[in-house]
This record gives sequence, structure tokens and C-alpha cells, in this order.
Amino acid sequence: MNEHARGPLDALKSIMKRQYIWGIVAIALLLLINVIKEPTYLAISVGHNGHLVGNVIDILRSAAPVMMIAVGMCLVVATKGIDLSVGSLMAVAGAVAMEFLRAAPNTPGAAFGALGLVIVVTGALGAINGILVSVVGLQPFISTLVLMLAGRGLAKVITGGQNTSASNDVFRWFANGYVFGVPVVFVLALAIVIVVGLVVRRSALGLMIEAIGMDPKAARLAGINRRALLLTVYIAGGVLAGFAGVFATATVMTVDVSRTGYLLELDAILAVVIGGTSLAGGKFNITGAAIGAVLIATLDKTVVFLGVSSSASPAFKAIVIVALVLLQSERVRRMFRQRRAARPAKREVVAA
Amino acid sequence: MSALLTTPTSAPQQQPRGFRSLLQRVSHHVEALPTAASVVIFIGMLVYGEIAYGRILQASTLSNLLINNAHLILLAVGLTFVILTGGIDLSVGAVIACSSVAGVMLINAGWNPWLAMVLMVLIGTAFGAVSGVLIQYFNVQPFIATLAMMFLGRGLASILSTQPVRLGDDSAARLLSTKIKIIDGPKVNDLVITPSVIIAALVVVIAFVILHRTRTGRTVYAIGGSEQSASLMGLPVAATKLWVYVISGSLAGLAAVLYTARLGSAQNITGLGWELDAIAAAVIGGTLLTGGAGFVLGSVIGALVLGLMNVLITRDGGIPPEATTIITGGILLVFVLLQRAVLAKQRE
Amino acid sequence: MNEPLPIVEMDGISISFPGVKALDAVGLRLFPGEVHTLMGENGAGKSTLIKALTGVYKIDEGEIRIAGEPRRFSGTADAQSAGVSTVYQEVNLCANLSIGENVMLGNEVRGPLGVNWRATHREAHDVLAKLGLGHLNTKLSLSTLPLAIQQLVAISRSMVEECKVLILDEPTSSLDANEVDQLFRVIRQLRDQGVAILFVSHFLDQVYAISDRMTVLRNGRFIGEHLTRELPRAALIAEMIGKDVAALTAAEAGERREPRTGTVPVYEATSLSRKGALEELDIELRRGEVVGLAGLLGSGRTELARLIYGADKNDTGTVSLHGTPTQIKNPAKALSKRIAFSSENRRDEGIIRDLSVRENMILAVQAKRGWARPLSRREQNEIVAKYISALGVRPADPERPIRLLSGGNQQKVLLGRWLATEPEVLILDEPTRGIDVGAKAEIMDYVSGLADEGLAVVFISSELDEVVRQSDRIVVLKDHRKIAELDGGSGTSTDNIVTIIAEDHSADDYAGLAPREEVAS
Repeated sequence: MNEHARGPLDALKSIMKRQYIWGIVAIALLLLINVIKEPTYLAISVGHNGHLVGNVIDILRSAAPVMMIAVGMCLVVATKGIDLSVGSLMAVAGAVAMEFLRAAPNTPGAAFGALGLVIVVTGALGAINGILVSVVGLQPFISTLVLMLAGRGLAKVITGGQNTSASNDVFRWFANGYVFGVPVVFVLALAIVIVVGLVVRRSALGLMIEAIGMDPKAARLAGINRRALLLTVYIAGGVLAGFAGVFATATVMTVDVSRTGYLLELDAILAVVIGGTSLAGGKFNITGAAIGAVLIATLDKTVVFLGVSSSASPAFKAIVIVALVLLQSERVRRMFRQRRAARPAKREVVAA
Repeated sequence: MSALLTTPTSAPQQQPRGFRSLLQRVSHHVEALPTAASVVIFIGMLVYGEIAYGRILQASTLSNLLINNAHLILLAVGLTFVILTGGIDLSVGAVIACSSVAGVMLINAGWNPWLAMVLMVLIGTAFGAVSGVLIQYFNVQPFIATLAMMFLGRGLASILSTQPVRLGDDSAARLLSTKIKIIDGPKVNDLVITPSVIIAALVVVIAFVILHRTRTGRTVYAIGGSEQSASLMGLPVAATKLWVYVISGSLAGLAAVLYTARLGSAQNITGLGWELDAIAAAVIGGTLLTGGAGFVLGSVIGALVLGLMNVLITRDGGIPPEATTIITGGILLVFVLLQRAVLAKQRE
Repeated sequence: MNEPLPIVEMDGISISFPGVKALDAVGLRLFPGEVHTLMGENGAGKSTLIKALTGVYKIDEGEIRIAGEPRRFSGTADAQSAGVSTVYQEVNLCANLSIGENVMLGNEVRGPLGVNWRATHREAHDVLAKLGLGHLNTKLSLSTLPLAIQQLVAISRSMVEECKVLILDEPTSSLDANEVDQLFRVIRQLRDQGVAILFVSHFLDQVYAISDRMTVLRNGRFIGEHLTRELPRAALIAEMIGKDVAALTAAEAGERREPRTGTVPVYEATSLSRKGALEELDIELRRGEVVGLAGLLGSGRTELARLIYGADKNDTGTVSLHGTPTQIKNPAKALSKRIAFSSENRRDEGIIRDLSVRENMILAVQAKRGWARPLSRREQNEIVAKYISALGVRPADPERPIRLLSGGNQQKVLLGRWLATEPEVLILDEPTRGIDVGAKAEIMDYVSGLADEGLAVVFISSELDEVVRQSDRIVVLKDHRKIAELDGGSGTSTDNIVTIIAEDHSADDYAGLAPREEVAS
């Protein structure tokens, strides 16, 4: 993000260098495969309520929850952390929402009340992660692992082990409604991506997050408030997981305490890595994470469309994560560097 | 000149007397304190359980405790090796699912049950080997590599079958679960063990010997203390790091054998959360998550503590079963925090 | 008399890393029964040469001969088995293992049931006894020993297998005088047994006390090999920093700062202390004054600096700024109170490697402003341009990743970072370490100029003459205590300070050492 604005050609060139270009290429490839199987795959038509209908719309709609948690995961990973609890927090969000709405009247007020309650609860759980990591100093994977498992237990306790259903028209509209013909869910996810992206880049937040991810000691000595930043990113992660959980349950107005958000943290991590953010922390890319989320949704839909069982996808995704992490690893990078013809490197004396 | 102190550290220093010398002795072996604490906790829980609910301190309860937790003991031992080197293995639960589903399906397809059981262990070995290679040779962080393996395992298990698969009642694979009466007590209060328990005990003994009487075992501790130093000391760091993940995976495979023998069936959602149980068992038993300190016997106690906790919760009846993961998570958290507090004190 | 054959010969060794030639046709000869010191400033290539010998780094060109035979080791283990052992400054042992294990692991005594611990510990005890450590209980954890003894344990580890060459990389940096004496006794003992000892150190007095032969490196090149008794100090220094002796003396005389006493106290601390780091002391910093902190390594200078900056929390003491009592709990607070600190650990606590020069430079200013008020691009460019030119950062490219700059230029960028926050108090911890002489002068001139304009400066350097030259007032620290405070000026010299430090006996302690005879100084 450091380029001085030059001509449009240079702008295009700089986009080409971004890592998420591979994500876009992969999406295109997958769509191509689907089109080969069914030439009308990409068709978008206008349905009877003025809604856009089509496979692409379905992809965008199912990508939305992953986009939300991927944005949160992106920020957490940038600080050299990880959040394994997002899937479970989605279940908690669903549990809280459904239990609240079951007892509440079918009014818009109740819907927004449920939303507000969810944000408070998942934000608080995210804050627990943040406190454990920043104040107590636990390794992020341990504290979020604990919350991942305790969170699902909490969801079960909230619903008493049942898959609670509720009905609330406005709430249902969150997930199934359309605005200007486009699914509300996707519009909201896109809005989140844009807002977070702007906040992070227009303010100094982005630089500070990168600094504490790259070198926590140096960042602290430079006066950056590491604790506050860590707390913020984990709370944000929790809140975004809350949103995602709301949308995941609002589609069917039921929370499945075992399955809601199950293994979705994998999707979020994968999206973040596809988008060009390294798991080692430091430079991050929200746009890339969003594109990664769309790629995953496309992958999921393609797998089903081609007739393979959907329970196979975690295995594929695991392989993709491993492949990407390997590509990011030093050893593999070195192998590629040695292959490239050695250009005479500028000799500079770098003192210890 | 103190009569209690037999191990002086320096000549001209004032010899501490009495209580202070005892404290000094203790401080020299402070890494064994958490394990000792876990033994105390276990005994305490037994006593509390007996007083509060009764029928805890009896042969049948204790037998069931061992029989029902043999698989967890194996996982805890495997994870001890990994955590001692400063790593982690999040895949063990998924490995059990994948291995057990594959094994049962093979047996039902007509394979020799013993061969299938060996294969189940080897499936675990394979997962462990892949994790180890990723971690050691490609410098992938342990939690990412084993997290990916966890998802791979769950995915593969789901590909194999999303429905539970059952063993025939007379299948040889269930043999490991046959109850052997050691002491015939009144009514059903017998002291019973199964071959699974014997296998678990053997594994514990072998693990102890490896960790305390072989160079590889001491290298495991050395890596946890300082990987760079261990490497500069010329110890076989790379091979050992690979081995601990292979051990963990293989023990998960063996745990799959024992668990399937007891249950008689396998399912792709088996083992969800067991990695946390295994980690908790190790931590409760005194293994430091940062590596370099811990005892395999402690992890066994930790596994039994968790098992006993489940028994007490069921006996109590007032706590919903859904809450067990929360409680386990909470206990793990408390112990990790305690470890940090002790470490911080030590550094002063 | 014939010179004995060297046990180690390194000939024409060259090693290149991306962007830098670390060693350029360097040679080294080690003779048995000799202590040979490898000398050079930071970045001269000493560590690299050692790692080339033991095979940790691969050699691009050149040959290594061990006892006449060409040999290339594949790593420390390989080198060790051939009798070439290295003991590093950081004592590369495992503190969580027992003393006996640290000595014997890799050579433990094995029986039918695995390791025979009783025999192993017995052997460990015997090996330790040869170095005067026979009183140690080898079953205890290594962490129960002080660092100096741990170092001796590391050396005894090398003695388990027959050791022909012992390499000691900066072994005395964390030791006090008594511990150094003990180490030297061990070294002399090993030397008399025929071991070839390669000693790397930058403490000139120690080098002259212990070594028989010296090799000097500068900027990765071999400058010369001399017998110690044939090389006077001035000539050695000249070889190391490449300046003519006369020019050096002239420079020293001419560049002394005109000492002035500040009048307005900016920062006052009374009874400041932190357990394990600093014992209670008072310090006052005044406008326009350069206060130098003098002392040996480990005397507590960095600890004091970190306490002033809030990088570490103090256990006792009160602090006031401009007369108002304040608490400085963390760096962010210090910066808001216009105190800045340039750490000596440039690599781990200074630069953020993957960020650009610009981002590194504006980081502290931005942190001070908070996340919600980002510096505009124009403001950033102004700051960056100002300090790139004032400090002479080369290359003058703000977007360049800082890790591609040389150490000296990285230091300048860091200095720019702190200066950009417009501090009232600036603490510089080893600002010129590892920097070429030209850049050193530039930096110190600039800082001196700032002091003249009213900045209160705290200056820490292990080069005592630098401290004497640049300071208006000097605080002398030893063993975590303040032992003296002197005015700068012609009355104070490095000899004064060295005498003060040497003659301060208020905290002699012999913890952990075996009884020893008096060493004649």
C-alpha cells in the first residue's frame, strides 16, 4: 500500500503483484469448471420479487458469513495470533439469538434486541481471549482453543442441549432478505469488509497492528499500546463471529449447537492465508481475505455441484492450507530462489 | 554446619539450617512440584467423592476409571512427548476418528482383525509423520501443522462414513476389551481390568524408560529447554522432533484400537475435543506448555483426574453433561495460569 | 626454535551472504598450547569465521586444514567429534537439565537398561573436578548455578571428548572480575595441557592478560597476525579501526565537548530501584546537559535507562518531571512526557525489519498521537525528509525496507524516530555500536548540537573514552549501583573512571566460587 499514485497502467501492475490475484484466478477457474459442466451456470435472472437469482448469487450469499469471520481472523493473525474459537462463538451467537427470540414477541425490536445481545455476548467472549493473550500472556492458540471447546459447551448449556428454533420475521429477513435485489447478507458482509478496511488503513491502526505482529518488543518500546490493540482485535473477532453466527442461524431460524460454525475457523484461516496474510504475523490484507472467503464458498459449491460429498471438503481445505503454508515457508522459498537465474545482487555492507 | 544438608553448593557460603535447607532442597527439584500437586489433587478428589457421594473408593469404580480412560492415558502420554519439546498436537482426536472408522470398515469388509488393528496404529503413525515433517523440515508452526492434520483427519473420516459403523459382537477386535477379574469382590464390586488397561500400563512404562533412561528421551527434554542449545550440544534434534510427533500419532492410533474395542463401533465425530482433554491431562500432571518440564507419570494422573471428574459430575447429577467441556476448559486454564505464576516467581 | 605445526589452518576463507561479503580471503592459524585471540570491532567477521570453522556456515572459497589434513565440518556435532569445541557467550546448555546431563549428554554411559545414570554422573563429576568444580552436585539442575559457573560447565563439556581446539566466543561479557580470574585460570590450565584456545573478546585488558597470539580482522578482511608481546596496544587499536595512531590522539584531543552544566532540572529520580536490575540510586537530568553513564558491561546502565523510560517498572523510587511528581509506567507514557529511548539492541528492540524507512521513522510519533489521528502523507514526508538529510541516511529512499540498510544507517533511522517525537530527554544506549567511524562522528555531532539547543541527553557507551569525550557529567555505575558522579572536563579521564571502578570494593561477593588464592594484579 506504499505506491505513489502513478498512471492506471502502474496501478494495474501493482494489483497484479498482490498475492490475492491467485485467489481471483482460482475463483475464475472453478467457475469455468462449473460452466463446462453446465453452460448456464453463471446465469443471473431476476426473480418474481425483483430479487436476483442464480448460482453466483448463492455463492455470494454463502460466502458472507465466512467473509465476516475472515476479516476478524485477518486482524488477529496480523498480530501474530490466531483465533480458533470463531466457529464456536458463532454457535453461541445462534444459541443466544434463538433463545431470546423464542421468548420474545415477533417484532423488529426483538430482532434488533437479539442482535444487540449477541454482539455483547460474543464481544465479551472475544474480550476473554484478548485478556488471556494480552494481559495474562497465554499463547493465542491455547486460549482460543479453550474458548473453542468451552464455547460450544456454553452454546449447549444455553439451549439446554436442544437445537432451538424461533421465529421472527425481521430476523429472518437479515439472512434471507434482499436489498436492491442483492442478498442482505452479502451487502452487510461487503459493508463490513469495506468499513474495517477503511478504518484500518485510513487510521494508524493498520500500521500499529502490523508493527506489533512483526516485532512486539520494538513496537512496545516505540510507544504502541500492545495490550489495547490485542484486546481490540480479539473483541472485534468475537463481534464479527457474532454477526456471522446471526446470519448462519437466521437462514433457517434454528441453531444447530453441534454443527453451526463447525470447523468454520478452518475456512477463516484459509481465507486469510489465500488473501496474502502470513500466519507469522505482520503485513495483512483485508481485501485478500474477503476474496479468499469467496473462493472458499465457490469451492464448496463446486464440490457439491460436481457430485462429490460435501463432507469431503475439510480434507481438501486442509490440503490447500498445507500447500499454502509450505509456499510461505522459508525452505520452499529458498528452493525457488535458487532456481531463478542469479542476478548480481547489490553488495551492501550490513553490519550486525 | 547443618546436619540436614548433604549437598552443598559452595564452600565458603553459610550453610542454611533446618527449614531453610529443606526449602533449598525443594527448590532444587521444583519442577516435580506440580506433579506432586496433581497426585494430591487426585487423592483429594477420591476422598471428597467418597464423602460426598459414596461408593467411589471401591474396586468397581476404580476398575471402571482405568478401563474407561485407557485411551485417554495413551493420548496424554503421546502429548507429553510433544509438549515436552515445546510443541503441540491438535490432531489426536481426529486421528482416532479416522483410524477407528477405517479400521472397523476394513474388518467389516473381511480383513483379518489383527491386521486391521495394526493398520489402525499405522494410520496414526502416518498422520504423526506428516505433522513431524511439516514442523521439522518446513518450519511450519506446530499448531498450524497439527490443526491442518486435524481437519484432514476429520475430513477423511467423514469421507469414509458419516454414519456410525459397527463391529460384529464376536469380532476379534473386541477381545482387547474382555474383562479379567483380578479380585472377586462382593456382588459386582470386583477389581477388573482389561487387556487394554494392561497395554496402556505397558506403554506408560515404556514411555517412562524412554524419557528417563535414553538419550532420545533426554534430548526431548533438552529441546524443550533450549532447542538451539540442544542442537549446538550435538544432540539429534531434528530426528527427535520428528519422533515425538510420530509417537503421538502412533499412540493415537493405538488409542483408537482400544476405544473401538471397548465401544464396538466407530464414527466420524468420535474424539471431538479429546485433544483438549489430553492437553489438560498433561498440564494438570505438571507438564509445562512451554516445554522442558514434565513427567509422563504426571500426565497419567492428570488423565485419571479428568476421568474421575467426569465420574463425580455424573454422580452429582446437578451439572448438565454439556457443561463438561466448559469445566475441562476452565481447569486447563487455571492450571496454565498457575504454571505461569510459578514460573514468574522462579525467575525472580 | 621451530614453530610447532598449527593444529588449525584456515586459508583464504570467503563467505558471502545476500548483499554482503562477510569474510574476504581470511586466514587463521591456531597452535596447540597457545591462547590465540581473534580481535576486531563489531561486524569485523569474528563470529562468522568461527562458524565457518565449525561448519555452521558453508564456505564459498578457501580451505581448512586440521592437523594438516583438509577438513570441512558439517556442523557443531561433527566438529566436536573431531576435537573442535565451541563455547558461546550465551552458554548454550539446557538449564532445565541437570549439571551432569549437560556435561555428559551425547557421551553418557549406557548399560543394558538404558543410561546408567550413576556411572554417568560419576564421570561428569570427574570431568568437572579437573576444572576445579568437583564440589558441585551433578544431580542438581543447571539453573541453580550462576552464569559464570554455567560457562565453566560448558567448557568442561568440551573436555569430555578429547579436545584439541577450544573456541571461546566472548566468554567474559557477563562476568565480574573474580569470575574472569577463575575462567582465566582454567584457560591457562587447559593451555598448559596442550589445548589450542581461540579466544574472542573486545576487552583489551583481558586480551593482553591472557593471550599469546592475536589475529585482527576488520570489515571481513584479515589485517594481521601478531604475537601479543610484539604488538603494543596503540598499534592493535590502529589495526582494528584502521586509523593512524597519531590521527587518533589528535582526534581525541580536538573533539572533546565543551562541558557545560545545565541548570534547569527536567527529570529527577530518587531511590529508583528494581529488583535484580538496579539498586536504589538518585539521578537528575538537566536541560542542555549530556550525562554519560560509565561502567563495565553488566553494571546496570541499560537497566537504569529502561527504568527512566518506563520500559521496565521500578520497584521503588519517585520520579518528578519539571518538579511535578509523575509515574512513568510504560514507554507510551514516557513518550507522552517527552522522554525517548534508543535501545542498544537495535535488531530486536529497535527496527521493525519488514517496515520501510518511513514507517520506522514515524512510528513513535504516530504511537504518541494515537490510532485515530494518522499522520497525513505530507506530514510524514516532512518528518522523513528532515531527518534523512539531518542525519545523513544513505540511501535516501524512504520507501526502502529498513532491513536492507547498513547497521549505521539503521541506527540513524532509529535516531530519527526518537528525535521526531521532539523529546526533552533523549536516552542513547550504545548509539554508535557497530557503526563505521564516519557515521559515528556524524551521529555524535548531531546529538551534541541538540544538547546545545537544550535537549537533555543520557549517553551510554562501552567505549569509555567516548563517554568521557561527549559528556558534561558522568555517572559511574558498578554492579547495579551508582558509585560516583563526576563533572566532565579536562579533570576527568578514562583512567580516573577506571580507577574509581577498580577501587570500589563496597560490594565484593564470592557467591558460588571455590576458594582461591590471591591473584597478583
